[in-house]
Amino acid sequence: MTKRYALGIFEDEDVLLHAIENIRAAGVKIYDVFSPYPVHGIDDALGIERSRLPIAAFFYGLCGLSFALWMQIYMMGFDWPMIVGGKPHIGLPAFIPVAFELTVLFTAHGMMITFFLISKLWPRWRVPVMDVRSTDDKFVMAIELKEGTDLAQLTQLLRSNGASEVNEKEMTKE
Amino acid sequence: MQHVSPVRLPLVTSGKTYHDVTQDVCRQVEAKPNIRWMAALAVALFFLGIFFYSVYRTLWYGIGEWGLNKTVDWAWDITNFVWWVGIGHAGTLISAVLLLFRQKWRTSINRAAEAMTIFAVICAAMFPVLHMGRPWLAYWVLPLQNTWGSLWVNFNSPLLWDVFAISTYFSVSLVFWYTGLIPDFATIRDRAKGPIARRAYALLSFGWKGGAKHWSRYETVSLILAGVSTPLVLSVHTIVSMDFATSVVPGWHTTIFPPYFVAGAIFSGFAMVLTLMLITRVVFRLEDYITLEHIALMNKIMMITGSIVGVAYITEFFIAWYSQVEFEQYAFINRATGPYWWAYWSMMTCNVISPQLVWIRRIRYSIPATFVLSIIVNIGMWFERFVIIVTSLHRDYLPSSWAMFSPSIIDIGIYVGTLGLFFTLFLLFAKFFPVINMAEVKSILKYGVDNGPTYGGTNTGAQQSSYRPTGAPASAPVNYNKHD
Repeated sequence: MTKRYALGIFEDEDVLLHAIENIRAAGVKIYDVFSPYPVHGIDDALGIERSRLPIAAFFYGLCGLSFALWMQIYMMGFDWPMIVGGKPHIGLPAFIPVAFELTVLFTAHGMMITFFLISKLWPRWRVPVMDVRSTDDKFVMAIELKEGTDLAQLTQLLRSNGASEVNEKEMTKE
Repeated sequence: MQHVSPVRLPLVTSGKTYHDVTQDVCRQVEAKPNIRWMAALAVALFFLGIFFYSVYRTLWYGIGEWGLNKTVDWAWDITNFVWWVGIGHAGTLISAVLLLFRQKWRTSINRAAEAMTIFAVICAAMFPVLHMGRPWLAYWVLPLQNTWGSLWVNFNSPLLWDVFAISTYFSVSLVFWYTGLIPDFATIRDRAKGPIARRAYALLSFGWKGGAKHWSRYETVSLILAGVSTPLVLSVHTIVSMDFATSVVPGWHTTIFPPYFVAGAIFSGFAMVLTLMLITRVVFRLEDYITLEHIALMNKIMMITGSIVGVAYITEFFIAWYSQVEFEQYAFINRATGPYWWAYWSMMTCNVISPQLVWIRRIRYSIPATFVLSIIVNIGMWFERFVIIVTSLHRDYLPSSWAMFSPSIIDIGIYVGTLGLFFTLFLLFAKFFPVINMAEVKSILKYGVDNGPTYGGTNTGAQQSSYRPTGAPASAPVNYNKHD
């Protein structure tokens, strides 16, 4: 499915933030903003909710901790009990290092896998980009052009808010 | 409206624009390899050849190829292992701890330092694996039932904790490093001309486009990864030190080992970062990104950790005397005056005295002095591990089994060979990957240079494309010296 977008190109992050607020206030829905680096304050300006990834990370960590404790207590205490160096079968202090390491391992990898999946990031041969300059030095605001949108009016709005150029682009939805 | 902050120094000099950053960092990746790089790679590959030959000898003829004997059964291998793991720690420290502390100067050096971490941990891992003698059975260290029977691995052993610590550390560092690389791969992909480069960097960039929501999640992920990596770094070297500290060998059996080893790791790691960065900035012409200020800051960290290590050496001596344990006292007197006195005093000179020179401002800001110091510190830290291991082992409780250790040619070959492995990997990284984190450097360009209030003001600013004074030619430097 092919969609049309109007792309407003901005040169400065402050101008961009200013423009986002004005354009949203004018009742125009912004599809996405592409930038070469994370612009601080853009989440609030665009109304992006806080990510729930930290909560996921906490539960992954909890899984790692429980798994590590279960594994060590089961193996050393129940499945094949063995006394090494006079330590008790279930010597919890000795289990702390492995429990800690597995907590970190599960947190880090669980969260990263979640991040890549929900952001739809994985290796692919071709990446369709709205404007290649957005990974270099330009801030690109994409607005979807629906049936009956007045492009000239939109261009005027973007320009008056500091866009240095406005382009039209067709993108095939993946 | 141009305004230069009177209190904050700019982190990147020469008034770079976003596009300049992209150009400067991508230049190396896109250009044909230059002759100096090829020469360096040839040397590194030669040493890598030595590594493979020594490994072949070790595996074919066995551990008897090494200089180990009945008393000193852990010498160069564990020295090199601890040395390499220690070097690795600075990378995570720069990327995680300094991120948590909001130290923005880390952005120019974190990428290369993290790469260094990964390569150093690979080199470190070679030693315990080769010391197994039969590395194809290395899976025995995993919590599998031994030889598929019913016996499990021993979770009470620090050596097993090491397995978990090092593998967690390696994989988490790798993920942290790679996630940071993704936006920069996207930049290279979008500039790539050749079809192979475009395809390769498209694969590596995971389809990154830099959308607002992606950046938001990306920052969340970086912060949590930094949060879990910080205690991880401390835990890894703590556990490495427990390999020694939980034993009853005089000279090893000390509670000071965990903090002392961690400080030593940061000390040697920063020395290695300095060595690599001083070369990288000259070879790749990145003097505007890795500035003298960065070098001075790293020098200060090296000085602080070096002083902590110095205090630890003295504390060990004091506690040996204070404990009234005669074996402990003998071990320390033997270190300083016994047959390995030269190793002990090399360590003291390199690690305790030399970093104190950094108090002098001229040395802190001097490139040749810093380069020499960083190499001295790395040598000193190698001696530290050698002293701890060999002098403690060569004379323990039973005088009839006292022995001396001397490395075999294969011991030396493997050590020199891992240096070859490390530099081969680092050179390949420096050629094909962006050595500086472009996205993060772009986000701090305005640090210390504020181009006035635009957001919320009346300035619609299409003309304000950079932080140079309006109307100045692109090459005009901005006067940053107002604070002097």
